[in-house]
Amino acid sequence: MTVARRLVGFNLLTACLLGIGGWYVGWFAAHAVTGPSLHFFSQVDFNELSLVMGYLCGVLGFLIGLGFFNYPFARLRGYPPSLREKETGGIGRYFGLCTDHKVVGIQYLVGIGLFFFIGGLNAMLIRTELLRPDHQVWPAGTYLTLVGIHGSMMMGMMTSGILGPFGNYLVPILIGARRMAFPRIEALTFWLLMAAGAILETTIFFGGFPTGWTGYQPLGTQSNPGMESYYIFFALVGISMTLLGLNMIVTIVTMRAPGLTWTRLPIFVWGVLTTAVLMVLAAPVLVAALSMAILDRVAQTNFYIAAQGGSTYLYENLFWFFGHPEVYIVALPGFAIVLEILPVFARKPLWGYRLAVGGLLGVTLLSFFVWQHHLFVSGINADLRPFYMLSTELISIPTGLTFICGMMTLWRGRIRYSVPMLFCLAWFFNFLIGGLTGVFLSDTPSDTTTHGSFFSMAHFHYTIMGGLVFTFFAAIYYWVPKMTGLQINERLGKIHFWTMFLFFNSTFFPLFIAGFLGQPRRVVTYAHNLQFINVWVSISAFLLGGSMLLFLYNFVKSLVFDRVPAPADPWGSKSIEWQLPSPVPVHNFDRIPVFSSDPYGYGEGGPVAVPAGAPAGMS
Amino acid sequence: MWSSPGRKVVTSWIVLSVIATPIVAFVLGPHLPPGNGSAQASEQVLANTWMTAIVTPVICLLLVFFVYVLTQFRHTGGELVDGPPLRDDAQVRVWWTALTSLTVLFLAGFGTFELLQNGSGGGQGPDPIAIPGGPKIPVQVIAQQWQFTYRYPTYGGLETPQLVLPANTDIELHVTSLDAIHSFWAYELGVKADANPGIDNVAFVKTRGPRVFHVRCAELCGLWHGYMFNEGRVVPMAQFTAWIESQQRDFAPILKYLPKYAKVYFPDPQRRAG
Repeated sequence: MTVARRLVGFNLLTACLLGIGGWYVGWFAAHAVTGPSLHFFSQVDFNELSLVMGYLCGVLGFLIGLGFFNYPFARLRGYPPSLREKETGGIGRYFGLCTDHKVVGIQYLVGIGLFFFIGGLNAMLIRTELLRPDHQVWPAGTYLTLVGIHGSMMMGMMTSGILGPFGNYLVPILIGARRMAFPRIEALTFWLLMAAGAILETTIFFGGFPTGWTGYQPLGTQSNPGMESYYIFFALVGISMTLLGLNMIVTIVTMRAPGLTWTRLPIFVWGVLTTAVLMVLAAPVLVAALSMAILDRVAQTNFYIAAQGGSTYLYENLFWFFGHPEVYIVALPGFAIVLEILPVFARKPLWGYRLAVGGLLGVTLLSFFVWQHHLFVSGINADLRPFYMLSTELISIPTGLTFICGMMTLWRGRIRYSVPMLFCLAWFFNFLIGGLTGVFLSDTPSDTTTHGSFFSMAHFHYTIMGGLVFTFFAAIYYWVPKMTGLQINERLGKIHFWTMFLFFNSTFFPLFIAGFLGQPRRVVTYAHNLQFINVWVSISAFLLGGSMLLFLYNFVKSLVFDRVPAPADPWGSKSIEWQLPSPVPVHNFDRIPVFSSDPYGYGEGGPVAVPAGAPAGMS
Repeated sequence: MWSSPGRKVVTSWIVLSVIATPIVAFVLGPHLPPGNGSAQASEQVLANTWMTAIVTPVICLLLVFFVYVLTQFRHTGGELVDGPPLRDDAQVRVWWTALTSLTVLFLAGFGTFELLQNGSGGGQGPDPIAIPGGPKIPVQVIAQQWQFTYRYPTYGGLETPQLVLPANTDIELHVTSLDAIHSFWAYELGVKADANPGIDNVAFVKTRGPRVFHVRCAELCGLWHGYMFNEGRVVPMAQFTAWIESQQRDFAPILKYLPKYAKVYFPDPQRRAG
């Protein structure tokens, strides 16, 4: 009886019910209002406005069910301002709107992990199809939908893969604050992302979508109603990213503890800040581009229809104006995590702090001036190609700064090969290959061969999977003991690392060769002479999937079944989060700490970064 | 930094690079894609060779550095001891930044130089800037879901499903699309140009001796994108003339139903969902 009573209220269950209910409300309302007139234009017997309205009303219902409108209504009715929503309580607060940044961080970790898993499963299905050059395991349309969901899931959900879980959890602690600047917006970004992920999956009920994660026009305008799921998904992701970035910027700029000057900020916070700037500036452009695409489909506008005066380049430019900063949104947190973790396991200060910050800022700035390298062969103004070649190659310089700072931090250190360190070291290897093959793609003459081939696909898997996902796992092994107060099994972690590193390279390195030999991306069939490479890659990919299952086993085993308590500072770090008890108490600090140095004072003696106002639980 | 471990790393790096770079450039280089099917393709092989040669010392540096660091500077059990608190080193900072900047600027300069020679086979849009001199045979590539057809405007606007090109000739390719965005990729000729509806995307290629080449669509264009490929041929001029006359004969009955040759086409009705 009590359990049943606890299910009633503003929580995930209510939200799902209201979300589904809202979908039908929108569906029927739009049908009732506009059905006949739209059918007049339409060649497909399907009223798409009602689908769009269904999704929008569904999202609205979902947010109502979670209780996002309770506070505005309470304020309307004259209640005093408050910040507390489920800040205390049991496991239930993980299933609803919670304003504790630590709960949101863990929600993000599990939520994004779930969708990462789905995206990975899609990759397995794609590789199954590519075992044979001409045999169809999946119908061509299903195959393209799998490619599209895999790409959108990874590029959409994993964009917040570091800032969501680790940014939300750690930034307030690292800057000595008790919360984020906008706690409700923080929760909103997470739940919007979850709604988006669910919406993307519903595309299978409406015929899927054939455009891949880029959604190029006018292909998107002529395809199945499942296209709308992609648009709404990515638009919601864009809104979520914008809000997440805004929240991070405001928090880091305004809520730093006394003494935490810009040159004492942990490099991870710098990474979050620069990423947040990219998010705020890039993501709204995506939302605009997708809104116009939706209007082209449901309201017969012509933004992207060339025959009616629109332009296909408009979409390409808007998309990549978002899309290229986006790959740095994905890469920069990885840089920052590597530079944050290396000093701890090399027992040395971060080398060249200002250089490292300069590298992050340089990438941030330059990443807005490179997007047309995605259009090198598209027929853009030919005069622009040398400029975009130059700007793209210039980005190697700030990226190189990250490399030298990391390498010099290792120099003459006392290196321990713990699991997080192994993942960070692998980052150097992977990102080196990803970065150097990027130089091939940035060179317009070379790019003529490699553009749109498996070469570019292998390149961005090296930078994103080798860059982001490896550091994502580094962060999990490094910080989850702090977030949960429980150890993760080291032995299984090492097996996970080595299998993942081996099979990752065995999966993606041969794809450079496949691309060089002429295999285009996103094809359901390929030349017979490429079968050996493709079979090799598919088998490696399955083994890589097995490595991920091993991680899942380790994660669940360590955190649910073994439950070995972790010490407060298992790695011997001097950073402030490790001076707090594990897991961190609700309000982080009893007294706001005062900073007198950066957290990298290894070998310099002196205190850890908290001289005055000892935080809660510090002995 | 210039203590003995530093010198060891730098010396080993230089030795390894001096050995490895020529091997990569001269042994691997000629095998890099896309082969020597056209002047543009050879140029891309040259570009790829330069790229590979330049990244070789970078890979050597990181290899030497990490092998040295990860074996020499490891924590060997016992009490955790801090390393020396090195926070900066002007020499490393200056050398690294200078070397990466020089490399990058050289690459961009070299790429621009190559690009302005003859466009390197990429689509240059309606107003190309890198135009090879001399006479050129225009060929229009029309992409549609899901096949390529080809028109020869100087031969009466003939349209055929096969691409046949004369050997040792400059070809001016006009790539356009009737529906979604496609990409015309003639792998062995080193040509790639997106086909956009309503856009005349121009690319140049100077063919060499007779050969067969493969054409694939390199931009996701819908359901049967994976099956959008065919074969083309480069043949001697005499054979080309004979072929095109036979095509003109064979396709004469339908030629009058084709739209007049134009840079772009907007077929009706537009396929559109919603």
